[in-house]
Amino acid sequence: MSLLGRIFPYPRLFVALLAMWLLLNRSASPGQIILGAIIAYVASWTMAAFQPPPVRVRRPLAVLKLGWRVLADIFRSNYAVARIILFSRNPGFTSGFMTIPLEMKDQYGLATLSIILAATPGTLWIDYDPAKGDLLLHVLDLVDESHWTELVKHRYETLLMEIFE
Amino acid sequence: MMMNAPDLPGWAALAVSFFLMAGAIITFIGSVGLWRLESFYARVHAPTLGATLGTGGVLIASMICFSVLQTRPVLHEVLIAVFLTVTTPVTLMLLARAALHRDRVEASPDVPGPRLPWERKRRQRQ
Repeated sequence: MSLLGRIFPYPRLFVALLAMWLLLNRSASPGQIILGAIIAYVASWTMAAFQPPPVRVRRPLAVLKLGWRVLADIFRSNYAVARIILFSRNPGFTSGFMTIPLEMKDQYGLATLSIILAATPGTLWIDYDPAKGDLLLHVLDLVDESHWTELVKHRYETLLMEIFE
Repeated sequence: MMMNAPDLPGWAALAVSFFLMAGAIITFIGSVGLWRLESFYARVHAPTLGATLGTGGVLIASMICFSVLQTRPVLHEVLIAVFLTVTTPVTLMLLARAALHRDRVEASPDVPGPRLPWERKRRQRQ
């Protein structure tokens, strides 16, 4: 373990917590920075007690690309779901469950995928079978199953695997 | 320098009302969905509208409004968006999985079969 790693077990968590503290207090005065740094330092050592497996983020550019894709999809799916709610005669009639086989094994990648699917209206991550790698998904507009498989596999999974694996 | 809401310049008032109205309308559509959709699983999708673009619109309106009024950037609304993004999926998944578990125990024909062998046995018996 490097010297920096021995002092700061999770440098990114430390920076994120410090930023959160400064935002919460709406101040970047030296006093708040010192107080925030102490709290972030103690909190990141508390995190070390859990011993989570290390996160390796491979390609920062791919992270930006994924963020952009998710933002665009949030707009698109909000529109699609709003249309179903307002104009469909029988809303929710086409909803249903489907399974998608995933190749990704990294737990941080899977967690990110579950947040993406839950944050875009119209899709919800229900269950994941780690033995088979099957994802159980509930979709509001399940007319074409291959469309959703395509979305999860090509639009998200490949990018997430590039980032985390 | 501190300003009050009536002192908001015209362009800012327009932008703030646009984002506020957009966010409110989207959240309202989500609530209508909660009422119009039929099954529990379909209903789970509706509040996500309010949790994503609905909140986004209101938060952007708040950031513009208070940044202009206090003549300095006010950004702590970003934290609300972050906390919502991280916690909403947990709640939605918890609700959906609780419903799925109950439906599987009751061997409802509308949900896919159980994964655990002891659940499968119980389903066959019924």
